[in-house]
Amino acid sequence: MLTKRIIPCLDVRAGKVTKGIAFKGNVDVGDPVEMARFYYDSGADELVFYDITASNERRDIMIDVVSAVASEIFIPFSVGGGLRTLEDMRRVLLAGAEKVSIDSGAVRNPDIISEGARAFGSQCVVLSMQVKKVSKSEHIPSGYEIYIDGGRKPVGWDALEWSVRGVDLGAGEIVVNSIDADGTKAGYELDLTGAIADLVPVPVIASGGAGNPQHLRDVFVESNADAAIVASITHYGEFTIESIKTYLEDEGVSVRDTW
Amino acid sequence: MIAIIDYKAGNLTSVARALDHLGYENQITDNTETILAAERVIFPGVGAAKATMGNLQKRSLDEVLIKFYESGKPMLGICIGIQILFEHSEEEDTDCLGLFPGHVKKYPAHNGLKVPQIGWNEVHQVQQHKIFDGVPNPAHFYFVNSYYPVPKMVDTIIGKTTYGLEFCSAIAHNNLIATQFHLEKSGRVGLKMLANFLKL
Repeated sequence: MLTKRIIPCLDVRAGKVTKGIAFKGNVDVGDPVEMARFYYDSGADELVFYDITASNERRDIMIDVVSAVASEIFIPFSVGGGLRTLEDMRRVLLAGAEKVSIDSGAVRNPDIISEGARAFGSQCVVLSMQVKKVSKSEHIPSGYEIYIDGGRKPVGWDALEWSVRGVDLGAGEIVVNSIDADGTKAGYELDLTGAIADLVPVPVIASGGAGNPQHLRDVFVESNADAAIVASITHYGEFTIESIKTYLEDEGVSVRDTW
Repeated sequence: MIAIIDYKAGNLTSVARALDHLGYENQITDNTETILAAERVIFPGVGAAKATMGNLQKRSLDEVLIKFYESGKPMLGICIGIQILFEHSEEEDTDCLGLFPGHVKKYPAHNGLKVPQIGWNEVHQVQQHKIFDGVPNPAHFYFVNSYYPVPKMVDTIIGKTTYGLEFCSAIAHNNLIATQFHLEKSGRVGLKMLANFLKL
């Protein structure tokens, strides 16, 4: 049986992980390669690196990070943040990432999804969406609107419609980031995630709001998410990937055995 | 030296990195002499059957692969590398290498089954084989696929997995081993199988 994936997300700025992460042991907390290895060892099923570097020169540092991570950990990982062109995607994939995650860049230029899918295959192209709950309207019939630029700018598009269009264009997976749930630790946005998971024929990854292992169980069981992104609940040592997996297994959720 | 067949598709570097990590000299190549002189050949990668076969034929690598197989030296196919071994793939109605009788089918899209399958799934070892030495049975491996092989020679099936239906996820015959799952992205258990292949 296909297992549910737990995917830690690491924000990287100029080659360093930005969140002050409190791992136990001898981990250099700012070093993305060390942190990737820590998560690899503790049974993470996949990783996401989110590059929040602003300038182009510093993007070269990110490519070095990707390459160093790919030489040391042998599970899939994706890279997102600031990818706008086919060439941006190619560089990240050649450096050893399994997938690219495109977000605001795909809203500005939806064709980048189909170009990426044609060039590298749909399985390489993850469409990430920032979504906020709004009142239902003619343009936003679901009451969930797409935002870009770190959740600051509304686009006027319906999130459910964008997810369907993204898959039609060639996205192989959809990440649903709830702006409302993000940072609350009150749980994933179950209704939104479930609506999109039921709608699209590709895997859906829930993001934003995890505060404890039960929140992962809820989004897997009630919203039928295929994977869930975690950040602060594991970064600060409050929970480990192992403890989350043990909880999920007891709840009857199928997870990968780490060996 | 291990030759990784270069057919201008994705994921070649992942396999090279895994071999580097295991300490085996390797080369990504489309050169006929280099491939035929290699101790072992790995045919990895993700991609569509039609494009893959087209790229192989353009460089006559289809014939080189068959020749290498006939040499009796160890050969490993991964993902699209298992699919092209058979006679035919449903994917864009593509004729493949035909080293083994059988064909490649698409997962039936029903009951909310997501296609492609993306993620970690169980491989059940249905036959003993050296490639599985030290590998738990079952164990989870990383899959990314919309199509699956249906070999006619059922005695070549060494691994089975369930996704909507039970399918063949690994085969072995003579000097050839092939897996639908990505050994290079399956953590330690994947590296263990790669290491087993390198010792065959």
